[in-house]
Amino acid sequence: MSRNLILGAVLSSLVLLAALMSFVWTPYDYAALDIPNKLQPPNAQHWFGTDHFGRDMFSMIMVGARTSIAVALVAVGIGMALGVPLGLTAAARKGSWLDEVIMRGNDLVFAFPSLVIAILITAVFGAGAINAIIAIGIFNIPVFARITRGAALSLWEREFILAARVSGKGAARISAEHILPNVANLLIVQGTIQFSLGILAEAGLSYVGLGAQPPTPSWGRMLADAQTMVSFAPHLALIPGLAIIVTVLGLNLLGDGLRDWLDPRIRVARA
Amino acid sequence: MLRYALKRLISLFISLVVASVVIFAVIEVAPGDPASFMLGVNAQEDTLAALRAELGLDGSKIQRYFNWVSGMLVGDFGTSYTYRTPVSQMIADRMWVSLPLALYALTLSTLIAFPAGIYAAARRGKPGDLTVMGATQLGIAVPNFWFAMMLVLIFAIKLRWFSAGGFAGWDKGVWTGLHSLTLPAIALALPQAAILARVMRSSLLDILGEDFMRTARAKGLSRRQALWRHGVRNALIPVLTIIGLQFSFLLAGSIIIEQVFYLPGLGRLVFQAISARDLIVVESVVMLLVFAVITVNFLVDLAYAGVDPRLRGRS
Repeated sequence: MSRNLILGAVLSSLVLLAALMSFVWTPYDYAALDIPNKLQPPNAQHWFGTDHFGRDMFSMIMVGARTSIAVALVAVGIGMALGVPLGLTAAARKGSWLDEVIMRGNDLVFAFPSLVIAILITAVFGAGAINAIIAIGIFNIPVFARITRGAALSLWEREFILAARVSGKGAARISAEHILPNVANLLIVQGTIQFSLGILAEAGLSYVGLGAQPPTPSWGRMLADAQTMVSFAPHLALIPGLAIIVTVLGLNLLGDGLRDWLDPRIRVARA
Repeated sequence: MLRYALKRLISLFISLVVASVVIFAVIEVAPGDPASFMLGVNAQEDTLAALRAELGLDGSKIQRYFNWVSGMLVGDFGTSYTYRTPVSQMIADRMWVSLPLALYALTLSTLIAFPAGIYAAARRGKPGDLTVMGATQLGIAVPNFWFAMMLVLIFAIKLRWFSAGGFAGWDKGVWTGLHSLTLPAIALALPQAAILARVMRSSLLDILGEDFMRTARAKGLSRRQALWRHGVRNALIPVLTIIGLQFSFLLAGSIIIEQVFYLPGLGRLVFQAISARDLIVVESVVMLLVFAVITVNFLVDLAYAGVDPRLRGRS
């Protein structure tokens, strides 16, 4: 196991733990106002300090992790749930009109500047976590469809698939029973990368006010709130920013590490 | 080559048509009637009808779609609901901020990424390579709007080298204009530079393993000479593709960065239009950005196929 994989796994699970922990325990109530103690820098009582309403930043970061992870995770889920079957279908019917339609549709979504469309969607249908999830999720679909199709195509040439066909299994069954398990590694790695991109996208959307709405804490909106106060309370901007960096860095390292670890050919080449 | 170009041109056309239909449809289902938004809740029904007719909101959906598209083809993007000025004029004004910003960021990103990528590849596996690679991992993980805030904190608030936001305008001179775009351009360029440096490195590493590199060394070139004359040149092809793709990314990415620096570019225009429910502006700016992105990608594909014939057969 590489250092990347270990560091990535440690950072990612740290954030995940904080998010899960926030369901049962936070140092303070994340929404509790405490005006007399507002804008405190990090100290023994408030590890990450307090914001302009005196809310505990540590608690807000913990609950914010929940928001980020939930949005990014569901968006990856949408991408996989729709993209993987599309990719499997396209590969099973290689060269057919169905394959053509699926792949051209993919190219089309790829060609869209995702951020602009995400902003359009959330602006028209209203800001909120659900619409942010949909906006991010749509752009995950072609990613998974393409990677699934690419890997599945080479598998369809293999002998064990031929054996399955000879034994009378249909394309759908072969896809589900033989192709899917063999592309799972690839999907896990890509899922990790899309997860980290989703965290960044969610932060961006909620920074411009189109993500999760108050009082749900989200890292992006904490940064937007901090913007006017950055000169006298820099910790308000530093801490949510570092939280995003740690999460994204962790997931990227995890993705890279998993790819190397799951692919024995690379493992040999890198050694 | 001609057949390939034609094929790509047709798919470019289809992409643009589908994009325009999608954008139109999304805006169509948007709740709220612009006319009643503009005139308020106490407006008379006949006044509303008159305004709708004036804004071109009274025809059938299909008719309105064709009016919108045919207008754009001749540069008529309609009239803003809130400002009552031609949208094309508003876009042209804002373009003078967004476009230079994207170009500036692209230049910076390239200037950072090239040396970093080449340096890392030349020192593969050594501490220098690991440092650059670590830095790029970090660069990819940093949200650019947060990095922008940190730049403001350090260089505008603490050191007072730059203003914290706003745009001085080009009429005060090119340097004044560039000066106010510097921090936004750096913020925009950093994550892109990180990606580009990684592409540069891996592309160069691929080339360094080629036989002709060994030949170059064998005929007596030093490591450095071989690297620059044969390595970097050949490694540039995939790197240039990424640069092309990044341009459209930077143009779209400037939407959020403009918010941080209060720059009067296309991005701010979109957000102002969204909050004023000035949907014709939103619709047209989004279409323009999509058009720019799709067209740039098309040109990059074409240029790439021109350089590398192997790609023409692949669709």
